[in-house]
Amino acid sequence: MSAPEKGGAPAPSRLRAPAGVAQQGHPFFDEVRSEWLKLRTVRSSWITLLVTFAATVGLGALICSIYRYQFDRGRLSLSQLASFDSAFTTVSGVELAQFAIGVIGVVLMTSEYATGTIRASLAAVPRRVRLLTSKALVLAAVSLAVGLAGCFGAFFAGEPILGLPSLRTTLGAPGVLRVVLGGAAYLTLIGLLGLGIGTLLRRTAGAVAAVFGLLLVLPIIVSLLPSPWNVDIHEYLPDQAGASLIRLTVRTGLLAPGWGALLLCGYAAAALVAGGILLVRRDA
Amino acid sequence: MIEAKGLTKRFGRSFAVDELSFTVQPGRVTGFLGPNGAGKSTTMRLVLGLDVPSSGSVTVNGRRYADIDRPLFEVGALLDAGAVHPGRRARDQLTCLAASNGIGPRRVDQVLALVGLDEVAGRRCGALSLGMRQRLGIAGALLGDPSVLLFDVPVNGLDPEGIHWVRGLLRSLAAEGRTIFVSSHLMSEMALTADHLLVIGRGRLLADASVEDFVAAATPASVVVGSPAAGRLAAALVSAGASVESIAPDRLVVGGMGAGAVGEMALRHSVALNELVTSRPSLEEAYLALTGESVEFRSSAGRPPAIAVPAPPAAALAAPTADAPAKPGRVAPTEGGAAAPGP
Repeated sequence: MSAPEKGGAPAPSRLRAPAGVAQQGHPFFDEVRSEWLKLRTVRSSWITLLVTFAATVGLGALICSIYRYQFDRGRLSLSQLASFDSAFTTVSGVELAQFAIGVIGVVLMTSEYATGTIRASLAAVPRRVRLLTSKALVLAAVSLAVGLAGCFGAFFAGEPILGLPSLRTTLGAPGVLRVVLGGAAYLTLIGLLGLGIGTLLRRTAGAVAAVFGLLLVLPIIVSLLPSPWNVDIHEYLPDQAGASLIRLTVRTGLLAPGWGALLLCGYAAAALVAGGILLVRRDA
Repeated sequence: MIEAKGLTKRFGRSFAVDELSFTVQPGRVTGFLGPNGAGKSTTMRLVLGLDVPSSGSVTVNGRRYADIDRPLFEVGALLDAGAVHPGRRARDQLTCLAASNGIGPRRVDQVLALVGLDEVAGRRCGALSLGMRQRLGIAGALLGDPSVLLFDVPVNGLDPEGIHWVRGLLRSLAAEGRTIFVSSHLMSEMALTADHLLVIGRGRLLADASVEDFVAAATPASVVVGSPAAGRLAAALVSAGASVESIAPDRLVVGGMGAGAVGEMALRHSVALNELVTSRPSLEEAYLALTGESVEFRSSAGRPPAIAVPAPPAAALAAPTADAPAKPGRVAPTEGGAAAPGP
């Protein structure tokens, strides 16, 4: 029959693997590479990652400036100065940046459903758990990278703004490195939580609302509960578990950083596992 | 080769696909026909393991799709050309898909050239016309040079040149020994492209036959005869056991009797003829007669049920003969005669 009119290359004429195919190693590595390409080749990913970074550094710098301004005018009380957490202040922008990274996690999965590419993706990778796992791996790597860049950036931008010995700390001081790394871990885990919720709900709007509800609305609802529930439950919420990661000292109403990290891992894992189960069970 | 055995998909109480059993053979284009909502896309999703059958099974080259590692090398599919991320560039769309099965960028460029998209490969998918997206989807299906190809309405949105191109591509892919499974709701398109037809309606298999057999079995030939003395001829034909329908004062459609016998009758009764044509209803009509009952939404309620027993195929093909006579004015002459268009 007639060869294609358009295009110079001849129609494939043999039933064999085509040229340019490099089949090496386990297919999983290819799947992870594919997910990385998917993330990389869409402009909105870069924009949202940039927002994450900018929120971490920018908000941190702003808060540091405010403290410095207050201090310079003698408006900080002694007790405020005594409990001042310099490292936390510099990386506190992650409390805003978490929403951006959560959206990235959500959209990583829901955009596939919104555009319909999920079918092509699952036809190419029928092992669905592996598809989700490769998305999670890529997201974890990317959000950890952005989180580290953002938190170290915020720390090194914020400390000179704080400027004075009574406000400053150094990376070498006890616990400070943990706070900075904790900020990056916080962002990474919220990103994974978003991916899990996106996989569960499949719709961008619903999943974004759920992430915001979990991080923003749930704490308010819990605080309205009758005592002592409001205090007892509060520290176990995802955002409070994350907050414990970026505090230098253990505060009342917050878990110890180790437990907070573990709990946040638990939330992310629970969302991913639940999403994975539904991904396998549901028709695409 | 694609094999379905008792394939059934239920959504709630309704059956999208109902006990489908068929084999799609390599080396030919198999057209998968049915009205909208007949279950074509669901069947394709079942083949690709995207939906899980309620019962029954379907295999590709003897294996469940989900068990195939790097499936793009074995099965290529175009389900929905619209399923692209509008912000992703056309080449990247393919690169992402290719990478998941370890296919490199050289092959991506090859298939882009093959479908004639090399010049717009840098454009974002959102800026591509539907026709270009169809080509992009076809390119994606060809990435792994697979032996089995599924296309869900690949000519949607294509211009005539594009339709011609797809037709040629499908036929040449089949000629290479591949299994080509193409769905369409356009019988006329399938008549030009397919060697074999699977017709479904309301999730059930209505016909599984070659294109020629489908037409022959689904619709008996009738004879259009024109005569100044049509009334006298009609009486003679009826008394000889033929069915006669008058479509004009001087024209009759005769069923149950060949053109030769009609001519002899005319001679015996000394009736002059000015037209004698064997006509077969078009493929389109055969298809409409077969699927008439199974269409989900119909524009008019007047059409009589075309088939009593939808399956097995032989019965389904035989049944419409009694109930669906050729409609006047829509007969397409295919054999010699006074009114037949010159070759």
